[in-house]
Amino acid sequence: MTTDAPRVQKTPAAQSQADFVQIIDVVKKFGDAVAVDHVNLSIRKNEFFALLGSSGCGKSTLLRLMAGLDAPDGGRILVDGQDITALPTWQRPVNMMFQSYALFPHMSVEDNAAYGLRREGVGKQELRERVAAALDLVQMGKFAKRKPHQLSGGQQQRVALARSLVKRPKLLLLDEPMSALDKKIRQQTQFELGNILYSVGVTCIMVTHDQEEAMTMADRLAVMNEGRILQVGRPDEVYEAPTCRFAAEFIGSTNLFHGVLAGDDSPLFACKDLNVPLRVPNPMNARGGHKVQLSLRPERIALSHAPAAQEANWASGTVEQIAYMGSYTLFYVRLASGRLMEVDVSRTAVRAMSRTPDYGDTVYLSWSAEQLVVLEK
Amino acid sequence: MSPALRRPRAWLPSGRTMVIAVPFVFLLVFFMVPFAAVLKISFSDVQMSVPPYTHIAEFKDGVLRVVLNFAHYGEVLSNPLYIGAYGYSIWVAGLTTLICLLIGYPACYLIARADPARRNLLMMAVMLPFWTSYLIRVYAWIGLLKNQGLVNSFLLWAHLIDAPLKLYHNNVGLLIGMVYNYLPYLMLPLYAQLLKLDTRLLEAAGNLGARPWQAFCTITLPLSTRAIVSSCLLVFIPAVGEYVIPEILGGSNSLMVGRVMWDDFFVNADWPTASAATGCMVLLLLLPMAWFQRLQRRELEAR
Repeated sequence: MTTDAPRVQKTPAAQSQADFVQIIDVVKKFGDAVAVDHVNLSIRKNEFFALLGSSGCGKSTLLRLMAGLDAPDGGRILVDGQDITALPTWQRPVNMMFQSYALFPHMSVEDNAAYGLRREGVGKQELRERVAAALDLVQMGKFAKRKPHQLSGGQQQRVALARSLVKRPKLLLLDEPMSALDKKIRQQTQFELGNILYSVGVTCIMVTHDQEEAMTMADRLAVMNEGRILQVGRPDEVYEAPTCRFAAEFIGSTNLFHGVLAGDDSPLFACKDLNVPLRVPNPMNARGGHKVQLSLRPERIALSHAPAAQEANWASGTVEQIAYMGSYTLFYVRLASGRLMEVDVSRTAVRAMSRTPDYGDTVYLSWSAEQLVVLEK
Repeated sequence: MSPALRRPRAWLPSGRTMVIAVPFVFLLVFFMVPFAAVLKISFSDVQMSVPPYTHIAEFKDGVLRVVLNFAHYGEVLSNPLYIGAYGYSIWVAGLTTLICLLIGYPACYLIARADPARRNLLMMAVMLPFWTSYLIRVYAWIGLLKNQGLVNSFLLWAHLIDAPLKLYHNNVGLLIGMVYNYLPYLMLPLYAQLLKLDTRLLEAAGNLGARPWQAFCTITLPLSTRAIVSSCLLVFIPAVGEYVIPEILGGSNSLMVGRVMWDDFFVNADWPTASAATGCMVLLLLLPMAWFQRLQRRELEAR
């Protein structure tokens, strides 16, 4: 397949309309366990929104509630101003692409794609045109007469996508769309999928546990854990400024520190793991002794054989583990306090060093105040 | 291993052959050999002797004479009694299959959709009759269906009828007995297949705009066609040759093939004709049996 340069478009905030999809205080319980715990979300028109979280966090349950496959125990769901909470799944303007694709095995690709339109009672001519257009969109026109078991995983995925788009739904739901694909073709498929959905112009909510996938494809994402939304924002916002420990650790990797505010309204935090204090850009508005967590991304740390000339925000230790990743190298440095820190050094930076650090070398880590993020929870 | 222990293993067949051989030999001894004997009898002639038929092969003075008598096959295929019996048997078996399907499919479907704990209990309830003797079960129906039986007594007591219903020694009793006996044979394989149905397909269909009954007609039914056909054949093929139920519950005018054969064997002492009737019945059922085999093989391949 010919590939265009990946151009997953991000919807500019000015264009989108607010609140095309509204999830208001939705609750779902299974017996005593609360799967979805008072979730509130607003999604804009034509936005690609990702629900990110690990297994069992409730994201798939939330998706099913939106699709109408399960009924919520509380709350409302609105799409384009219409309250669809009480509507059964066959009446909702919402279509879902299942994780297992759920293609009908006894029907051809064509019939699979036409299924939704046939239930609507669309006329023969229009049906044929729309099905052909949908299959062409995903480049499966040539396989129209084949049965699902004769297709590869990637081809089945495309048929499932065509089937869910052919009815022109107001909201498209994607349940871990890439999980069944090989890692190699996943990235290319992410771009293709993003391009197709952008060209069609449909509001999407995707559920995934793969944070890279969410960051690549989504305009905005929500980090979910134990049925609750922890943080909502653009991928860069959530990455650069996580508001809680879970978000900081789930997206990318991070070094977390427990800091104690050195004095009233001070920018300095004392940390047991370090010999020197941690300095943040702005003084914190709190009393001395206030405890916080601070997040420091591994790629923001400078690694050197010589100590840095700064009073705070540095540490020294021995190199315990080295992971060469090609474009960057991961160094795991054991500090004197026993703490292990992860440092991500780009290839350029490694080459600029006089000598590549080896196992057992004493190295100095330093970072600027702007790289520290204070986590609220 | 010492040489003494190793030597006997050399001439014994391998373990795998032994395992396959067991059912093979079983079928050979208990099916092929008796069937071959019946076929042999069908080609022989009636004779007042013990056993009451002639030998088909005779080796005398260095000459092997084989006499195959086809007259009995001719008799069976031209006798209106036999033709009527075959027709009636097929009709009864077909009706039994249909009623079993109409009762069994919804039952299987509902059981398959129930939660796992209840499912097993319900299927056990379906299989429970198998734990009792087949003959006892059929006799039990007499107690229910006869004029002074439980059913009539209850209906009379409840003043729903004035005179007892004729449920015994006629076609109604026959069908009730047949359906009762063959229902589990239909339900077990059908249930196994319906259980394998992916409910996500039905969810997808619903999400695409299909109401539940539409999803049933367009997804569930087409996907269970093969299971329906093979379950029906599993009922139909043995039902054609049923003897006990028509004998005990059926009327004197409802002559199924099994009955006619029994009469020929024990009343007329005409073993060859009865055997010929068996041969004809096997030929009759060859097509459904081959179809069933084909379906089973397709099912195994699909896995």
